[in-house]
Amino acid sequence: MSKNKTKLVPVPSKAMIPERDIARAPVLECVNLGITLGGIKAVEDFNVTIGRTEIAGLIGPNGAGKTTVFNLLTKVYQPTTGTILLNGQDTHGFDTVQVNKAGIARTFQNIRLFKNLSVIDNVKAAMNNEMKYNLLSAVLKLPSYRREELAIHHRALKLLSIFDMQDSADVSAGSLPYGAQRRLEIVRALATNPSLLLLDEPAAGMNPSETVELMDSIRKVHEMFQVAIILIEHDMSLVMNICESICVLNFGHIIAKGTPDDIQSNPAVIEAYLGRKK
Amino acid sequence: MALKKFISLKRSENRKVFITYIAVIAAFIICQGLSMAGLLSSSMQGMLVPICAYMVMAISLNLVVGVSGELSLGHAGFMSVGAFSGVAAAIIMQNFITYAPLRLALAMIIGALFASIAGFLIGVPVLRLKGDYLAIVTLAFGEIIKSILNNFFLGIDQNGLHMSMLKDTTNLAEGGRLIIRGPMGINGITKISTFIAGFILVMIALIIVFNLVNSRLGRALMAIRDDRIAAESIGLDVTKSKMTAFVISAALAGAAGCLFAMNYFTIEARKFDFNMSILILVFVVLGGQGNFLGSMIAAAALTILPEKLREFADYRMLLYAVILIMAMLISNNDEIKYFFRKLNPFRNKQEAE
Repeated sequence: MSKNKTKLVPVPSKAMIPERDIARAPVLECVNLGITLGGIKAVEDFNVTIGRTEIAGLIGPNGAGKTTVFNLLTKVYQPTTGTILLNGQDTHGFDTVQVNKAGIARTFQNIRLFKNLSVIDNVKAAMNNEMKYNLLSAVLKLPSYRREELAIHHRALKLLSIFDMQDSADVSAGSLPYGAQRRLEIVRALATNPSLLLLDEPAAGMNPSETVELMDSIRKVHEMFQVAIILIEHDMSLVMNICESICVLNFGHIIAKGTPDDIQSNPAVIEAYLGRKK
Repeated sequence: MALKKFISLKRSENRKVFITYIAVIAAFIICQGLSMAGLLSSSMQGMLVPICAYMVMAISLNLVVGVSGELSLGHAGFMSVGAFSGVAAAIIMQNFITYAPLRLALAMIIGALFASIAGFLIGVPVLRLKGDYLAIVTLAFGEIIKSILNNFFLGIDQNGLHMSMLKDTTNLAEGGRLIIRGPMGINGITKISTFIAGFILVMIALIIVFNLVNSRLGRALMAIRDDRIAAESIGLDVTKSKMTAFVISAALAGAAGCLFAMNYFTIEARKFDFNMSILILVFVVLGGQGNFLGSMIAAAALTILPEKLREFADYRMLLYAVILIMAMLISNNDEIKYFFRKLNPFRNKQEAE
């Protein structure tokens, strides 16, 4: 117990960053991805490639199909057309659980925490798949149970400390303030060791200073975990500041792709947001 | 040091577990003392074993309803599977295992085994459903189990076991014994259930359930209960987790059923009907979903209450219903909850604020 009492500093240890095969393949490739929901083509011809450590933004007016894209990537919906390649692997026929095991973790637009669980248990629940002990050792509290539980306890605390949340580890997640709940969702997603992190409107409902804090957090996560990030966001200052590339959706179609500067001056984007010039 | 770690009461969950163990052991010592001193009436003494069985049923159902968050209305079905298979096993073993506690323990293990098989078979279709649909289908399966056992015949002679459905066509040889007689159930059971055995079963059930709730399975179950979509998004296998909980719950119910049945001379499938399932659900709801100590107290209180109300003769069940309604209202009253929380010496200050 005592040897684990090292000071918790937000420095990534080897244990925190899983060894990944650094293949040349991009994290994510979508080819002609599309889905028809109730006769409406919600997303069509979605072609996007995300590099290994890229931060990409997905923007567009309300109802453009941004969250639908996330739901397609995580297989909440099965796509009707097209292919999703994750780390070069075809995810055809995968379900949500398999997609997560293959490396995609996400947050939700309307926060979906395990409200009755403590903050640290929310994170530990996400580490479920890396624990190997069986039910018998849990019931009898055998050494394998104690060892693995202790290990993930410390790993969960370290992850929480990156977001300055280690002090509220035993508080129930539902009683956290709004901003902290959003951060906890990101921590929980990171706990599954993803290679691609999907953030669905992480700054929604935040005030400007919270948004700045969030921006720092996202940068920190990106640097420490070397994870690719796609974020859906309406806060343009956040998107333009943080994203290396941006993809604009309108009515389920990509209307523009490029760097933040390209997007800001793109007439099609301006039209989608502000309407046609008369 | 080891002890200190064992009783690390810092976290409220650990505290709850600790208090529950202490309360159960204290209640056992008091009851055992009273009964040895002859201060317990014979009707109370007769209720000790059923109370233990109901407590285990409450613990077992609370794992499904409170922790897993699925409403199961067929729990008496698993209890009856455990009761019939356990008692039949005990009768078969009667001749070569003469030591009663060992026979009881083996019978309970066999009862638990058969009930867990039933739990698995029922879990496969049932756990694909959600919410109300799941509740109704478990209700139906509870009734199916009852009907099957009501028409099941099992006999033993020198050639081994014989079984038949609907009609007694076992054609036992001379000297054979018909153990399960369809609607007549099993009679001529040697009463080998004891209060001590009941207490041990309650403790085992508590240890199993508490340790599971504090393990990866418990976290996964509660995560799925709170938000299924988010749980899937972090890679939790919903069906597998729920199935594990369901099977463990069925096994505990089976052991409880065996304990329950071994306390009577005869046992019939009719006894484990829908009313019994609802009664167990009432223990869980009254005691608090996910609150194991509470549901055990509710089980004890609601078993003793009808007996104590006997003096009111015809008005007995009316009074029982009124008291039940009052108890539900009072236990859901925030002010009263707050009052009791203030009395709790172990409460943590943050929580009180």
